[in-house]
Amino acid sequence: MEPSISIRNLSLDFGSLRVLKDLDLNVGQGEFLVLLGSSGCGKSTLLNCIAGLLEISEGQIFIGGRNVTWEEPSQRGIGMVFQSYALYPQMTVAGNLSFGLKNAGLPKAEIAARVDRAAKILQIEPLLDRKPAALSGGQRQRAAIGRALVRDADVFLFDEPLSNLDAKLRADLRVEIKQLHSKLKNTMIYVTHDQIEAMTLADRIAIMRGGSILQLDTPEEIYLRPNCRYVANFIGSPSMNFFDGRIEGGDHLRFVSGSLNLPLAGYAFADPQGARPGPATLGIRPEHIVSGAEAEAAAISLTAEVDLIEPLGSDTFARVTLDGSNLWIRLDGQARTRPGDRLVIGFAPERAHLFDLDTELRL
Amino acid sequence: MTKTPHLLKNSLKFPQPELEPVDTTVAVATAATPTPSGTRSDLEPGPRGRKPARRFSRRNLFIYGTLTLVALYYLLPLYVMVVTSLKGMPEIRLGNIFAPPLEITFEPWVKAWSEACTGLNCDGLSRGFWNSVRILVPSVILSIAIASVNGYALANWRFKGAELFFTILIVGAFIPYQVMIYPIVIMLREVGLYGSLTGLVLVHSVFGMPILTLLFRNYFASVPEELFKAARVDGAGFWAIYFKIMLPMSLPIFVVAIILQVTGIWNDFLFGVIYTKPDLYPMTVQLNNIVNSTQGVKEYNVNMAATILTGLVPLSIYFLSGKLFVRGIAAGAVKG
Repeated sequence: MEPSISIRNLSLDFGSLRVLKDLDLNVGQGEFLVLLGSSGCGKSTLLNCIAGLLEISEGQIFIGGRNVTWEEPSQRGIGMVFQSYALYPQMTVAGNLSFGLKNAGLPKAEIAARVDRAAKILQIEPLLDRKPAALSGGQRQRAAIGRALVRDADVFLFDEPLSNLDAKLRADLRVEIKQLHSKLKNTMIYVTHDQIEAMTLADRIAIMRGGSILQLDTPEEIYLRPNCRYVANFIGSPSMNFFDGRIEGGDHLRFVSGSLNLPLAGYAFADPQGARPGPATLGIRPEHIVSGAEAEAAAISLTAEVDLIEPLGSDTFARVTLDGSNLWIRLDGQARTRPGDRLVIGFAPERAHLFDLDTELRL
Repeated sequence: MTKTPHLLKNSLKFPQPELEPVDTTVAVATAATPTPSGTRSDLEPGPRGRKPARRFSRRNLFIYGTLTLVALYYLLPLYVMVVTSLKGMPEIRLGNIFAPPLEITFEPWVKAWSEACTGLNCDGLSRGFWNSVRILVPSVILSIAIASVNGYALANWRFKGAELFFTILIVGAFIPYQVMIYPIVIMLREVGLYGSLTGLVLVHSVFGMPILTLLFRNYFASVPEELFKAARVDGAGFWAIYFKIMLPMSLPIFVVAIILQVTGIWNDFLFGVIYTKPDLYPMTVQLNNIVNSTQGVKEYNVNMAATILTGLVPLSIYFLSGKLFVRGIAAGAVKG
């Protein structure tokens, strides 16, 4: 099937600085793609390039099979939602929604019908006559989504739309956006630095760093099989624990780092080349470390001292000291562990992740 | 043109959207929960509640005393002017300039407006007033119209060479007027506008350009960029964004520009005397001629009345566009 958005060899220079580096990206029809990364990674820049708000230096952009590389933003068949809502303050919500349609010269009846439909979908009908200043944050963002909706665009672009909202509202609106996507089935590209938004919303996530896409995969794959140490560290909260060490042994490989001596029989190497002795980093997520009786039965078990606990109600995260370095583990929310306690911890090798020490790529 | 009145300080930036409005349901909920009232009997004796403020503290006396003194110091000349302008000449010759008029007469005002002689003609300041109006209105409109589009283009459409253009414009603001006077005389003469009001309007518009462009550029640059991006996605072009998005929310900065230009152009003397001819002299030049070139007796009362008349326009601009006025529209830009 023809991809909805296709980006080929896209590069962007700001003066002598290359901000986006030779990107290739295909987004399927009706797919929800999340661009995820820390600030300055180029994710918003890429979105602005797709929208046509930034002129690219090299490459091509196709939307709906049409080469839109030189097209104006309004000609690209996109709707866009911004972090600061960007509602026109002097216009009512209805005015905001219809502004683009008036510019496009649509007949009045058509405009009214589209505004009504969008308002109904987003449940902002009672707000249509209000000015943005008289709306709450959530209502403003809903109106901003409405402005994208009325354009009847095939592609929606979201630029960190929930970052200005408080945590509760963010969770509510996240659900609404997900419902909206399943109802409308548009292609959506969503930029965020929030991994929870990325994991919950995305069909696929593109993790970006320094103007390149590090990994493009389903949320599950990214969580279970991060292809490099950066991605492994970025996804998950608290982040993955890492041990620098070596892979040793001949037929029976083991990972050795301090008191940690882990048989790698159960580990599925991504690259058969990696299954040989050499320096490596082992990563293990806090939620994959078990403790107590479970740990004693695990392939590897160690004793560590609890240093700090963070009770969250549902879970309790504990920081333990092992060989002088700290690692986070997840305990049950009801666990009665206190700082200073000694704890037996362990994990299964198939839950671990091995990365090359130099290239940081998955082994 | 040289100073920005302090009262305009807050209108130089686009007002940033305020923080999230407080959810009213929360406020209701807290109001409904029983809170301990302030008049509980189990409090310790001694200070409680709001700390009382002393009205006549040393600090207050000092501040208000100084302010009153300074205000009086500045108001005194105005008082002398008003009082003198209402006296007849015999009363002025008594020499007590602070005394209120014994017999109030409006004759000096009438004379200053319509009879006082300047050079050849004797129709008072009225001619200068209308000249000034004919200079002021087109100059203000033209300079602000051009400068606002300049500032908008510089702030939002970063075209090639924008920085260079802007730098040149700002450097232009620092070149002394005197350097440019004669070249402009030649240029105006060559295009046949020397000595006409049109020529003077052009000169005023050009000289207002650097500071006004800077003003508008900074204001438009403080408008959130995403608003501009949203308008582009909505298919608005250069002029549509200017007229439909930027203009409606820049009323405060337009008021600032109008105040600057009206007072600056109305008070101008140098350009008026150089680039026009006697029957087209602006009010300031005519005021000078009335005050300085009378033969025989100095008619202080007429001079005072003429000065007040000339100063009325900038004065009323300040009163009309005072703090409340500017604040009102600044708030209107966000609140609608």
